Amino acid sequence: MLSALTQLLIFQLAGEVVARGLALPIPGPVLGMLFLFIALMLRQGPDKELQTTSQNLLQHLSLLFVPAGTGIMVHLHRVADEWLPLLLSLLISTVATLVVTALVMKLCQRAPTAPGEAP
Amino acid sequence: MSPDISQIWVYLSASPLLGLTITLLAYQAAFKLYLRSGNNPLANPVLIAVAMLVLFLTATGTRYETYFAGAQFVHFLLGPATVALAIPLYTQFKRVRAMLLPVLAGLLAGSLTAIVSAVLIGWLFGASQSTLLSLAPKSVTTPIAMGITERIGGIPSLTAVLVIVTGILGALGARYVFDAMKLRDPAIRGFAIGVAAHGIGTARAFQVNEQSGAFAALAMGLNGALTALLVPVLAPWIGQLVSR
Repeated sequence: MLSALTQLLIFQLAGEVVARGLALPIPGPVLGMLFLFIALMLRQGPDKELQTTSQNLLQHLSLLFVPAGTGIMVHLHRVADEWLPLLLSLLISTVATLVVTALVMKLCQRAPTAPGEAP
Repeated sequence: MSPDISQIWVYLSASPLLGLTITLLAYQAAFKLYLRSGNNPLANPVLIAVAMLVLFLTATGTRYETYFAGAQFVHFLLGPATVALAIPLYTQFKRVRAMLLPVLAGLLAGSLTAIVSAVLIGWLFGASQSTLLSLAPKSVTTPIAMGITERIGGIPSLTAVLVIVTGILGALGARYVFDAMKLRDPAIRGFAIGVAAHGIGTARAFQVNEQSGAFAALAMGLNGALTALLVPVLAPWIGQLVSR
């Protein structure tokens, strides 16, 4: 677990350094993900430890959002004042994003069907 | 007896131990409820855990900053967890490569829809300018969204909240939206959840299906990067909306 966690931190650190060093708009952890992905391609997959640790971490991904979500208590005033525009905006926009993304993907998928694929 | 208890409370309320412990406790209780409901999206564990924590902190008069001093250790793991998303991505890479065109087209359409529709609807119903700026990156994962908002002059901590509400709404609603569309492909379902509802949607997708989860993770990463590019470009337009 320790070596896997260290690997993840090293890739995150590399991502942070490159993002800040080159003043890229892409956040450090996302670059870190890209670097790790490239490393996995080069060494043909993760070692067992990295595989297990990542699985454990991702299994409870939703836990990691709880501290930031609890921050709603700081903004209760604004949320109370603007609850209608906020709720409508988040609700409609989220549904619209789901529908538009899925529809566009479906349409693009139908156009060039790969003929060689197994039935 | 009672002075002892109040002294213990003085210690606990000043140490990071309590914030960390109650975060884990609240989440585990919420997760048990979620499992008992048969993974019903309406019993979203983030929603329930946050509700429990806000009630507890309000009831005990604990400030959010004090709580966060402990909870930050959990929050910090968002970074390594984002990096770890490379692994499911690698596992599903063959399928992703076969779907390159739909993935890129869906990403661009979805990313623009998420930003523009959130800002337009908020503006239509009279949200203030700082709220609109904080709304723009609401579909991408917390650390990225907060960074974007900071740069365009919104309120990062408000963005964090809006991001999480968005994630919960996406995780709650996606199943019903896709079923109504008669959409079954787990790859497309996962990708759309990842674009609309970042990590919370991705967590939900992983619980339903490994392939959905991998596509959600891919979408979340790509949309984080694309939104970080698009929102600063669109920010002057958001500013103009309100001044008119």
